[in-house]
Amino acid sequence: MSVLVYTESDQGKFKKAALEAASYGKAVAEAMGTNLVALTFNASESSELGTYGVEKVLNINSVNAFNAKIYADGIKQAAEKEGATVVILSASADSRYIAPLLAVGLKAGYASNVVAAPSSLSPFVVKRTAFTNKAFCNTEISTAVKIIGVSNNSFGLAENPTTAQLEDFSPDLITSATTVTSIDKANDKVTIADAEVVVSAGRGLKGPENWGMVEELADVLGAATACSKPVSDLGWRPHSEHVGQTGKPVATNLYIAIGISGAIQHLAGINSSKIKVVINTDPEAPFFKAADYGIVGDAFEVVPKLIEKLKVFKAQNS
Amino acid sequence: MKLLVCISHVPDTTSKINFTEGDTKFDTNGVQYVINPNDEFGLTRAMWFKEKQNATVDVISVGGAETEPTLRKALAIGADAAIRVNAEAIDGHTVATYLAAAAKEGEYDLIIAGRESIDYNGGMVPGMLAAMLDASFVTNCISLEIDGTNATAVREIDGGKETISTVLPLVIGGQKGLVEESDLRIPNMRGIMMARKKPLTVVEPATEASETHSVSFEKPAPRGAVKLVEADNIDELINLLHNEAKVI
Repeated sequence: MSVLVYTESDQGKFKKAALEAASYGKAVAEAMGTNLVALTFNASESSELGTYGVEKVLNINSVNAFNAKIYADGIKQAAEKEGATVVILSASADSRYIAPLLAVGLKAGYASNVVAAPSSLSPFVVKRTAFTNKAFCNTEISTAVKIIGVSNNSFGLAENPTTAQLEDFSPDLITSATTVTSIDKANDKVTIADAEVVVSAGRGLKGPENWGMVEELADVLGAATACSKPVSDLGWRPHSEHVGQTGKPVATNLYIAIGISGAIQHLAGINSSKIKVVINTDPEAPFFKAADYGIVGDAFEVVPKLIEKLKVFKAQNS
Repeated sequence: MKLLVCISHVPDTTSKINFTEGDTKFDTNGVQYVINPNDEFGLTRAMWFKEKQNATVDVISVGGAETEPTLRKALAIGADAAIRVNAEAIDGHTVATYLAAAAKEGEYDLIIAGRESIDYNGGMVPGMLAAMLDASFVTNCISLEIDGTNATAVREIDGGKETISTVLPLVIGGQKGLVEESDLRIPNMRGIMMARKKPLTVVEPATEASETHSVSFEKPAPRGAVKLVEADNIDELINLLHNEAKVI
């Protein structure tokens, strides 16, 4: 018996979401009185995983490019080798792609968007978000093997320092007729999925030419940029920035909404964020009812001042 | 090309979410139901394949008789035939199992489902379906072209997108981007009239297939009132974010 966590890395560096998944895995392993094992692809270094309680790391080196089916097969074989009864993944795009394939492979029940450690091990019950963050659902997984997808920024990072033994793992993996032919990704930008702060703007900004200050504010805060649905529908910003019920969910520590009125579908998408700040000229904007802090004012005056003051603040506090 | 679009019958995005029976059941009182938005983008893309590449398009849903108006709407938009699996959609695995049985029967080349439903947000049905059918699989799909038995799909990844080359049979987890919001179709009177004559077959599921179930629901704790900061007092906002909220 063990708990297995799939720890995703990008260019040799473990993602924060992967470390959070490991933290979660350690909590489950402790509750079950067992060990936490991680499965990685192409990792050269495992000490960072040890910090979060991983005792053993199985590393697969034979796969060059990401392929959901091949990765799912690798994780499945690791889970079988280790006799894992709980398998943990993060909420990254790749992990969400893999998890349902893995669930069928392991005949395991799968709960996604899980926000807290299991409230009970027998029956096995986890709390997950549902109705696009408008509610939580306590879900029982009744299969022998369970798969949990941990929401970003929900469980948090928890250090449990130990020594992670790195072991090469070379299972015979399936082949796939699916190949990635090109990747279009800005490597220097913080992604919405990984960000601790998201700066988002809406139609109140009047046009795509005014996004300079949004990007600058995001830069100062080390934040990702996002936008409301009308802004992506109008083509001012790419779809990948659209957050809300039909766009991306956002679960950050700080969400700053500029010139976004706060339609119910938008609020649903960002509801899991811890602190929400709204800047809007209209004091009646529904977003003020969902926010922690608000400024009634013109974004074109407030945002440049905020950037200037934050630069001073960052200079003093770094 | 035979195409199957999986339709989830979900509360409208503006619905108030409440629960009954001691917070164990979703309160359907006063709730309007729609085609799951992620499925509707896929259905609209399917109409393009029908019109440009002579595909036949079936739609399928797992649910009771109350879901039939949603399937009729899909027929009115232009699908050729509908299948309703007469069972409660207990969890994603249940739905995927029933869809897989129907998909095997129909020998579809391409199956498009939404990347997730907007009610339970499981995000697992398309992937499980692909695994059960041993079909190719692309989720978070924002562009799809079919050429013979080859497919080119674009998938949204964290921080960007990637282009994928794959083969049929293929299961897609679709979302906005497959078509634009402005491409979505409102059924016209002729479509609605024709939909009444199109076949809607009800099939009974084979075996019970749930692996998880919802025990109870909770609503997020109500939040306190917003703290307003004057527009000329940005220092106060920074102070609150640093010292009170501790997020910067």
